[in-house]
Amino acid sequence: MCLAIPARVVERLQADDAIIDAGGVEKRVSLALVPEAAVGDYVIVHAGYAISRLDPEEALRTLALFAEMQREMPGVPA
Amino acid sequence: MKYVDEYRDAALARVIAEKIARAARAERQYKLMEFCGGHTHAISRYGITDLLPANVNMIHGPGCPVCVLPIGRIDSAIELATQHPVTLCTYADTLRVPGSNHLSLMKAKARGADVRMVYSVADALRLAQENPSRDTVFFAIGFETTTPSTALAIRAAEGLQLANFSVFCNHVLTPPAMAEILGSPHAREFDTVPIDGIVGPGHVSCVIGSRPYEFVSEKYRRPVVIAGFEPLDVMQSVLMLVNQLNEGRHEVENEYARAVTRGGNAKAQELIADVFELRRSFEWRGLGEIPYSAHKLKPKYERFDAEARYGIAYRQAPDNKACECGAILRGTKKPRECKVFGTVCTPENPLGSCMVSSEGACAAHYAYGRFREIAENTR
Repeated sequence: MCLAIPARVVERLQADDAIIDAGGVEKRVSLALVPEAAVGDYVIVHAGYAISRLDPEEALRTLALFAEMQREMPGVPA
Repeated sequence: MKYVDEYRDAALARVIAEKIARAARAERQYKLMEFCGGHTHAISRYGITDLLPANVNMIHGPGCPVCVLPIGRIDSAIELATQHPVTLCTYADTLRVPGSNHLSLMKAKARGADVRMVYSVADALRLAQENPSRDTVFFAIGFETTTPSTALAIRAAEGLQLANFSVFCNHVLTPPAMAEILGSPHAREFDTVPIDGIVGPGHVSCVIGSRPYEFVSEKYRRPVVIAGFEPLDVMQSVLMLVNQLNEGRHEVENEYARAVTRGGNAKAQELIADVFELRRSFEWRGLGEIPYSAHKLKPKYERFDAEARYGIAYRQAPDNKACECGAILRGTKKPRECKVFGTVCTPENPLGSCMVSSEGACAAHYAYGRFREIAENTR
């Protein structure tokens, strides 16, 4: 039920609908809850509705934190 | 896949695991509950338990909407589908949850009831529009993730003046259940397990934000870390909880900052506030009655309320005696401690709700974890 996926907005359609791409699968969903989402943005899609727009800067910040940890611990076997 | 693959890196997972191992103090235990079924699924699927030190334990929480729905509510849905001339639309998982008298919505459908599986509430609304001479009822379940879309559908039905659409509302709220788990006086009627910190819901928090957990962490003096659903997200959240506990802090922190803000989705919150109000009390499977823990339609939308429209009265119904879903949802038992796990109760033929949904602790353990035990036992 709460399993939701990140997907890219491919095309905005009439009303609040949009075509999204989730790992190669295209689907029509509603952007009524995140009307600010534009083509190219990534959104979290849950049961046919986008519920959040992903913030690319925050995503990079988390990844940068992981990368820093990796640098701190070069000895951990991959 | 962007925003997915980079959070599944195995080498990085080992780095975070090493960090956790160094941070965790040997002299103490860390009992952490992942509230959300989505996290339970991720932990089982990626074998995260294997990457944690022996004194850092994950306890499965009640955050699986299908699992916490009590049998009485399933019975009411079956009553709607079989005793009234309606088309009942429902999300897939609820079809297979066993009700009383060995019935389920799936079996009711096999016996001729008009039950349809839908992907979203918009599908149910469309069905009502296309079949104006037939009543369509949407069996609405879920935490705050699905509540806003149900609100949108009700508002759309009002705009379209749809007279044949209604909602059987079973939307529940996360923060009251979290407070209940952490030790309201009411919860002490049950057996409970001490919990040191909580891996907080990610997608519920997209909607409600991280702010609603602040009272939980303050009142119960437990850290809460909102987490994403990829394995690195879960590992990082565990590390953040261990660090908070070591430092004697109990704050709300947000690991899932790419999707969750403190305030959440204002548009979704406005919709919920316009359409719904709190029920005085609602029964949860395993947790009993929790005050102000669920939504119902406001009087101004009563004509879309299936409970009022069809005179549905809630009747409590007992769980199957052999089923341990209740204790599993409270975190006091693990799936393998249930006598019927994997024998009488399987995902193909579930006896209890925790075996139905992929987020359910039993279904997740059946799909992934049981092989680990087989390997351990044959070593």
